[in-house]
Amino acid sequence: MDKIKVGIIGPGNIGSDLMYKVMRSRNLEMKTMTGIVRSEGIKRAESLGFHTSIEGVKAVAEDPEIGIVFDATSAAAHLQNAPILKAAGKTVFDMTPAAVGPFVVPCVNLDHLLELNTDNYNMVTCGGQATIPIAYAINRVADSEYTEIVACISSKSAGPGTRANIDEFTQTTSKALRVVGGADRSRAIIILNPAEPPLMMSNTIYCLVKHPDEAAIKKAVNDMVKEVQSYVPGYSLRVPPLVDGNKVTVIVQVEGAGDFLPKYSGNLDIINAAAVAAADKVAAKMLKEGN
Amino acid sequence: MNIDKNRKLHFVDTTLRDGSHAVSHSYTVEQVTAIAEGLDKVGVDIIEISHGDGLAGSTINYGFSATPEMELLKAASKVIKRAKLGVLLLPGVGTIEDLKEARENGAQVVRVATHVTEADVAIQHLKTAKDLGMTPVGFLMMTHMASPEKILEQAKIFVDAGAEYVNLADSAGYMTPDDVRARVSLLVENLPIPVGFHAHNNLSLAVANTLTAVECGADYVDVTCRGLGAGAGNAQAEVVAGVFDRLGYNTGLDFYGYMDLAENVVEPLMRQPQVIKSAPLMLGYAGVYSSFLLHTYRAAEKFNLNPRDILVELGRRGMVGGQEDMIIDVAHSLSLQKQQ
Repeated sequence: MDKIKVGIIGPGNIGSDLMYKVMRSRNLEMKTMTGIVRSEGIKRAESLGFHTSIEGVKAVAEDPEIGIVFDATSAAAHLQNAPILKAAGKTVFDMTPAAVGPFVVPCVNLDHLLELNTDNYNMVTCGGQATIPIAYAINRVADSEYTEIVACISSKSAGPGTRANIDEFTQTTSKALRVVGGADRSRAIIILNPAEPPLMMSNTIYCLVKHPDEAAIKKAVNDMVKEVQSYVPGYSLRVPPLVDGNKVTVIVQVEGAGDFLPKYSGNLDIINAAAVAAADKVAAKMLKEGN
Repeated sequence: MNIDKNRKLHFVDTTLRDGSHAVSHSYTVEQVTAIAEGLDKVGVDIIEISHGDGLAGSTINYGFSATPEMELLKAASKVIKRAKLGVLLLPGVGTIEDLKEARENGAQVVRVATHVTEADVAIQHLKTAKDLGMTPVGFLMMTHMASPEKILEQAKIFVDAGAEYVNLADSAGYMTPDDVRARVSLLVENLPIPVGFHAHNNLSLAVANTLTAVECGADYVDVTCRGLGAGAGNAQAEVVAGVFDRLGYNTGLDFYGYMDLAENVVEPLMRQPQVIKSAPLMLGYAGVYSSFLLHTYRAAEKFNLNPRDILVELGRRGMVGGQEDMIIDVAHSLSLQKQQ
């Protein structure tokens, strides 16, 4: 069976984990790992038999075989890469906070974006991928006036990019809670916890709703957890919906798949798993349409 | 190392920030105006005003403010003549946008607070504060959880980011004077900038720990009127003023004026006396973030549990400042265990 060939820009932790997830996917075939220096990640991809390059975006943009590109660089680099990849006709999954294209949360709005023939998908943030499905599910049945999330990640899995610009996380996640999650107003909080052994990523979703129908909220949340589990097996409910007046509280945990990153890096796992799940669906559509 | 006893000590009164926890963030413009005016007169150096959890702390997780903090800052800035107006900011909760708004409303100092091992998340905010013409201060929380050497390493990150002093917080009110001595001394000896200390009174050691910090060379101390603050409160300002006055330190404070302010203006608005009940004692004993106290009482009532059991479990799990949501998580799991 045919598969769509994939290039990954940025052979760091995210890029390497994406590579392993692409290798396990149904409709994607790992082809090229590209960076700017001969890093450990480049050597790792090479040892697995994939094509590698240190010419950055060029190596994937100029390869007509590659249909889908994951950009795991930085927001600044993606702003440079995006027009080049667009001109080359690639479909791009942007792992950075650049947000050139629309936010995608696979179980919420991927089908809609597919219909629009989107060619640049932004993966929001790890906290966004973990909380927006629940926020969306609650909003759909209860109409959220305000949604607030608290994401807690282990210090060890917060990379230098997140640390240098933590406001970017809170602001991007907050925006996506409105744009994709459907809340009227929103807030996002992130906490880094250095406990040893490292804690699993936990996420609390609070909503102030207009229609606090407990049974409907519980069903919507349980259904949504199952949907997320279809691409993130380590996603689980820690605290099922608590309805207290107009306030709904839900806590979810994300245990990573342990592909390349440790299991406590559920934050990195969920954003990668979401990107590969979405890319796989995009690839299926490409294959069906014969391009 | 020689510590100059005649040096000027700097007092940071945080009745209107840490004290905000104890009144569930209900301060009004009138209360803040009266307290800020009084603090300015008694001679404190910095008056800190923010939601208890720092700028933009007004949330479901930490409790909503009755009056927007920007209105409180603006009101205080109109009556403060000689002290500097300060705010607290926890990266991950508040942002640079919030800092800019606070600046526009009169804030001159920002203390950027991170967990004791996570100083690098504050670099962006400290640098921006300097660009905005503010005094940037690095603030490490839960310092009982790290060794003096680790704290020094983290404090140096603040120095490099332009902090004008580094404040160590015993956020859980866990430390004894020896713990304070080890930490403050190492920093005073090795940092090119002053050191400050923020106590909590969960083990009834806030004033003793504050005195120890000053004896070890800390130049800045955090205090609150009547000790009003999270958990069992902070170092009681008027007591600290009296102790340092009698020991001959240069405080620049009006001791009698501070007593009158605490008694006549702050005490009437307190919801309960700031005494060490069992739950705040457990905060100090188990090393749990003091702001968890009132949220824990609410969860204990809702899930029919003893607040003490929730606090011990939070301590066991190594929860850090800001993780108020995990009180619900712990209460939920304890109530399930109880049902089994």
